[in-house]
Amino acid sequence: MTDLTKLTLADARAKLVSKEITASELTQAHVEATEASSKLNAYVTLTSERAMDMAKASDARIAKGESGPLEGLPVGVKDLFCTKGVRTTACSNILDDFTPPYESTVTSNLWNAGAVLLGKLNNDEFAMGSSNETSRFGPCINPWKATDSDVDLVPGGSSGGSSAAVAAHLALAATATDTGGSIRQPASFTGTVGLKPTYGRCSRWGVVAFASSLDQAGPVTRSVRDAAIMLTSMASHDEKDTTSMDMAVPDFEAALTGDIRGLRVGIPKEYRLDGMSSEIEKLWEDGINWLKAAGAEIVDVSLPHTKYALPAYYIVAPAEASSNLARYDGVRYGLRVLGNDITDMYEKTRAAGFGDEVRRRVLIGTYVLSAGYYDAYYIKAQKIRTLIAQDFAEAYKKCDVLLTPTTPTPAFAVGEKVDDPLSMYLNDVFTVPVNLAGLPGISIPAGLSKDGLPLGLQLIGRTFDEETMLRAAGVLEEAAGFTAEPSTWWKN
Amino acid sequence: MSVDENTVRRIARLARIAVTEEELAPLAKDLTNIIDWVEQLSEVETDHVAPMTSVVETEIKLREDIVRHEHFQREVTQNAPQSEDGFFTVPKVIE
Repeated sequence: MTDLTKLTLADARAKLVSKEITASELTQAHVEATEASSKLNAYVTLTSERAMDMAKASDARIAKGESGPLEGLPVGVKDLFCTKGVRTTACSNILDDFTPPYESTVTSNLWNAGAVLLGKLNNDEFAMGSSNETSRFGPCINPWKATDSDVDLVPGGSSGGSSAAVAAHLALAATATDTGGSIRQPASFTGTVGLKPTYGRCSRWGVVAFASSLDQAGPVTRSVRDAAIMLTSMASHDEKDTTSMDMAVPDFEAALTGDIRGLRVGIPKEYRLDGMSSEIEKLWEDGINWLKAAGAEIVDVSLPHTKYALPAYYIVAPAEASSNLARYDGVRYGLRVLGNDITDMYEKTRAAGFGDEVRRRVLIGTYVLSAGYYDAYYIKAQKIRTLIAQDFAEAYKKCDVLLTPTTPTPAFAVGEKVDDPLSMYLNDVFTVPVNLAGLPGISIPAGLSKDGLPLGLQLIGRTFDEETMLRAAGVLEEAAGFTAEPSTWWKN
Repeated sequence: MSVDENTVRRIARLARIAVTEEELAPLAKDLTNIIDWVEQLSEVETDHVAPMTSVVETEIKLREDIVRHEHFQREVTQNAPQSEDGFFTVPKVIE
């Protein structure tokens, strides 16, 4: 029998519908793959037994003709989503062995659609990072290696476990979250597809909060079609999240018509950075040519405040994080370190529970929100955010989607940037503006670097127009014809 | 603007995170680097720009103020590091 982990989500779905395979067989193959993947450290909790039970239940529903849209399809879940009865830690020591008595809305939607939970995936602590190195469980390793090199590379972050698991065929798809690029950058680093929907498309209820005005859930998959299928089930209006949009969820898969004739694709000149590597420039040029050849019209646009997006983000996101993370006080859940009095207990608990990057961001956030600095930093950053959103609105008068690189470089080595926060932050230069404006974005694997590592192109859509973005993404994927796979070194 | 050690001590206290004396200097350096870098926003003229409050235009939703879930005391306290009879317990706060 062929290796069932090689199937795309869409192909696996077709084989289940035609009864060529069973959900139990499909899940068994994935459970075996995940259990032989410890060198990647992609999963922080495996739920193999539960997966097999869920698969058996799926087979029973399939037999009765009661299949959901994701019936019997095994997926991984970022450890930021609360899963009822399954430890959820945000990869932070401060959550200790927190076991939610409830299920996040996004994962509830997946289980209601028939999906199977393989386990919880590694991420940067509280999703703060671009390399998955700040996790309490240690770094997740990219399945890709540079040509003729044995150096361990990062899978990107914060959703490094999601991207590594999907790239290494340890799940048909994975959930992830994106606050400043945490879905798209890891997708770019691992040759996978990563989709961040419009802010408000997916409910944030039951997702551990980082920066509430920026956080959004989305899928990591091995094809654009799979991303569309996942998003259709993940998205919903949810009265438990007042920022989730009260609007019908389209069948995103139906948007993949393959026809982009007449589509106007904007190329923002400010994304052409000084000192941009020639391979990234060439990749971007290839993308432009592919879309042009498919009948799109290429339009030059300007997003003049692009360079201010990252510094604005590093005020807004830490400010919101310092507020959100105030709840970790050693009283209601997670770690408690006793002290002389209650304040001492709070301080010792938080000192022991938060890692360096989280502590750095909470302190920055506290500083920019503190008396005397609030207007100078926080309000200033929110004003810059308005200007960035206006830039996009202006550009969308002339075009329907934007095409940019996803990241300025391919994956880097574990340890290379971990001691230099600013150089780590620069990873997100092309992805952060999208979060600040609440827009949808998708990264598509489009080529290999000179060292044989995956590189992604990003498409950015209009607010709540994931469909046009997906249509263009489908065409880009087809033209790029990215079929490279990492070797399976971790199995040895 | 540079963030000095006293400022780090003050904001760490505000954030309720214990910081040792040895950690103050490296943290002050880290925070200064980040604050210096975000300082570039002051180049942008924003006097007549409204701060962003919501990325998606939306109306505030209202709902009936009714109790929907009851008797969750056990679930709510089951992850507490310490609890008693369905209540969270903390060190004595009042003398």
